[in-house]
Amino acid sequence: MMSAVQQKSSPSLSGRSGLLRSILTNPLGLIAATLLGAVVLIAIFAPLIAPFAPDDLQIFKVNAAPGDGYLLGGDGSGRDIFSRLVYGARNTLIGALITVSVSSVVGVTSGLFAGYFGGRREIVMSWISDGLMSLPSLIVLLAFYQSLGSSIEISMLVFGVMLAPGFYRLTRNLVNGVKHELYVDAARVSGLSDLRIIVGHILLVIRAPVIIQISVVAGISIVIQSGLQFLGLGDTSIPTWGGMLQDAFANMFVVPTAIFWPGLAISVTVASLVLLANAIRDRLQQGNRPVAVPNMPVLAVKPATVTEPVAEGVLLEVRDLVVGYPEKSGWTEVVKGVSLTLRRGEVLGLVGESGSGKTQTAFAMLGLLSTGGRILSGSIWFDSRDIANLPEEDMRKLRGRRIAYVPQEPMSNLDPAFRIGYQLTEPMVTVLGISKAEARERALTLLARVGMPNPLRTFNAYPHQISGGMAQRVLIARAISCNPDLLIADEPTTALDVTVQAEVLNLLRDLQAEMNMSVILVTHNFGVVADICHRVSVMKDGRVVETNDVTELFAAPRHDYTKMLLGAVLDDVTPRVYQPRSGKGVAA
Amino acid sequence: MLRYVSKRVLSSLILLVLVTTLTFAMVFGGADNVAQNILGENATDAQIAALETKLGIDRPLYVQYADWVVHAVEGDFGQSWTMGESVSRIVSGRLIVTLSMVTVAVFTIGIVASLLGITAAVKGGWADRAIQVLSVVGFSLPNFWLGLILVVVFALNLRWFPATGYVDFSTSPIGWAAALTLPVAALVLSGIASASQQVRGAMIDALRQDYVRTLRAGGIKPSSVLFRHALRNAMPAALTVLSVQFIALLGGAAIIERVFAIPGLGSVTVQAALSGDVPVLMGVVVTMIILVVLVNILIDLANAWVNPKVRL
Repeated sequence: MMSAVQQKSSPSLSGRSGLLRSILTNPLGLIAATLLGAVVLIAIFAPLIAPFAPDDLQIFKVNAAPGDGYLLGGDGSGRDIFSRLVYGARNTLIGALITVSVSSVVGVTSGLFAGYFGGRREIVMSWISDGLMSLPSLIVLLAFYQSLGSSIEISMLVFGVMLAPGFYRLTRNLVNGVKHELYVDAARVSGLSDLRIIVGHILLVIRAPVIIQISVVAGISIVIQSGLQFLGLGDTSIPTWGGMLQDAFANMFVVPTAIFWPGLAISVTVASLVLLANAIRDRLQQGNRPVAVPNMPVLAVKPATVTEPVAEGVLLEVRDLVVGYPEKSGWTEVVKGVSLTLRRGEVLGLVGESGSGKTQTAFAMLGLLSTGGRILSGSIWFDSRDIANLPEEDMRKLRGRRIAYVPQEPMSNLDPAFRIGYQLTEPMVTVLGISKAEARERALTLLARVGMPNPLRTFNAYPHQISGGMAQRVLIARAISCNPDLLIADEPTTALDVTVQAEVLNLLRDLQAEMNMSVILVTHNFGVVADICHRVSVMKDGRVVETNDVTELFAAPRHDYTKMLLGAVLDDVTPRVYQPRSGKGVAA
Repeated sequence: MLRYVSKRVLSSLILLVLVTTLTFAMVFGGADNVAQNILGENATDAQIAALETKLGIDRPLYVQYADWVVHAVEGDFGQSWTMGESVSRIVSGRLIVTLSMVTVAVFTIGIVASLLGITAAVKGGWADRAIQVLSVVGFSLPNFWLGLILVVVFALNLRWFPATGYVDFSTSPIGWAAALTLPVAALVLSGIASASQQVRGAMIDALRQDYVRTLRAGGIKPSSVLFRHALRNAMPAALTVLSVQFIALLGGAAIIERVFAIPGLGSVTVQAALSGDVPVLMGVVVTMIILVVLVNILIDLANAWVNPKVRL
């Protein structure tokens, strides 16, 4: 998150005018800025705007109704509510200014300090920061009130210190983020002072987040300040919004409506500060905000162009599959008319570089495209049924039971909060409807089958307690636990160590033969293809450019792209040297 | 676990000592005019000197502090200067009232924010917009103003609830609930606003994890994916928000108790602050810090229970 802010903020918010423009082009930001500007102007020119001095008493206008010179009526002492509101803006903003200045200066400075020096100093400062944050600030301000004197300004100064941790954390995290970046290292090596570079860079990057934080802190400050004044703290002779609320509260049973105006003034001012902060934040996050799907034109799914029945012995046939994701300009197709055929008991390699659409094709077969993704046209015939547009409920009955999935990254694909055992048995209990005890027995057998030296220990372990290779075996065990007809493995060995890769591939091949499963193996590695696949489809830019038997493809690649990929592999020696246990040669 | 708790308690003790020392220096150091304040404008110098001797504030500050610490360790926080009772009696009697209000508020925030945040994360739509609006409204409406509006509308005009006062739960559960409804409503709005945003974010993060897709690929029921797996992983963030909210509520209670004339710890703090009743203030600060520390430890333990990666 921090790095995203850095990347986004430097280019898009370079220069003051860019930031200002970005706020003003946002409708809510414009309204907020206008309101806030109005409040500031009112505060500055209070004597010109207010028809009465804030302390002018007219005894016959105690709790008077609006009118007769008193625009909003009179308060409990017969003073003009409108005039006091105008002067109140001034005093309220001064208090907020004090809090904001103190908290930002203290917070940013200490954050720079802690982030730069790190180590023990950072620990101590962070401890202080945490300690400050764990104190109920209003209670502390109340406790300090007598010794701070009746001036609310000193209380707001103390409050500024109590709010400094927000700025502190922000700055420290930014410094820690850039401290080890390459250009800082380079500068250090060439003998430049890295402190200067870091401070220079930070002050550039931190501007937008600090403005957001300032808006938020100013809002909190106004609320707390009014709260203290409402409680009767501070100099009651000075007109403030909180003090006015106190007066209205005292007269609430006489004129209940008098509580309205001061509260409204506080709320509107604070709301414009929040909206301003939101406008800046929106601007910062513009790049990574998901595009609103509801605005997309609804596309009717084109009927399958080929309707002839699937040939005998074919488990899965994908015809002209098109998958798209919504973008601002319309649907962006990531899979552009893919056709594949998979026979029962066959292993099909789906090969291509990253971004070629192979993983999206796999997700489409599972009905698990990422948010917004849709099958725009084409059909997926699984066991003689088109599942391309199956309702989610029907699709769910296929998943796990008939179509299973092995992901690429083993560690992130196990739920960190549950034991392996639970994660293995849950699908069996859900999908097969067997008892928990029976599922446990089967899970232990499976764990032994996939090569766990101590199945029981793995069963009781949490994911973070096992290695990546073991985690991948667990995921394979889970995928085959319900005897699926089709296993879709998405780069199942890419994230593993080279030695472990070979073992996991052997396991997959043995299991495939044992259970006579059909397998789609998504990979970018021709070594893996040669090792395990019967046939292979090569993908490029969302299309299949070549499909052939493995031996023929390796012997005589037809498409230039295939030749290029194979050439790239031949140049690359290291991934090809492992010796599979079964003794099968690489080019078998 | 034991190591964690002892480490945590030690760190909290240091915090407690630091804050109380600082507070003591501030409040006792600033207690110059206390005798004058208590006795009024017409007091003679001799009367003031006599009272200062009686209260012990004529002694050097460090002597007063040592004296205070020695007694405080035994649970004796001295005698209130203005309320004619011992500080421990005042604090313990009022604490229950405030705790009952804050506890109801925390649970209300937790439940409403979870429902709203989860709905927004899963469905978006109205819940998303509600959270967006709430985040601005909840932040901008000061709770005491909201409280006043609620009193005017629901107590003075509609007469559904009492405007002020507090009824013990043991006296009348219904009366207790009626007395607390408006104060709690005023207290929770901003908490719901910020907590529901956090829950929404944590749920969205959890639902984006790779294992969620893999669970779905394994045929796991959507309800289990959502409420068993994603929710459990989103829980630490939500619990942390609740601990922040608890601290905010302790401060908020001070003002809200004043609005609704609830005899809790908050209103006694205000009273002591205005009258310069230093021993009571010290008692309140110590109590508050211990409360915050206890709640934080509880939340950490809950987090460790939810998330096996956190080793205590």
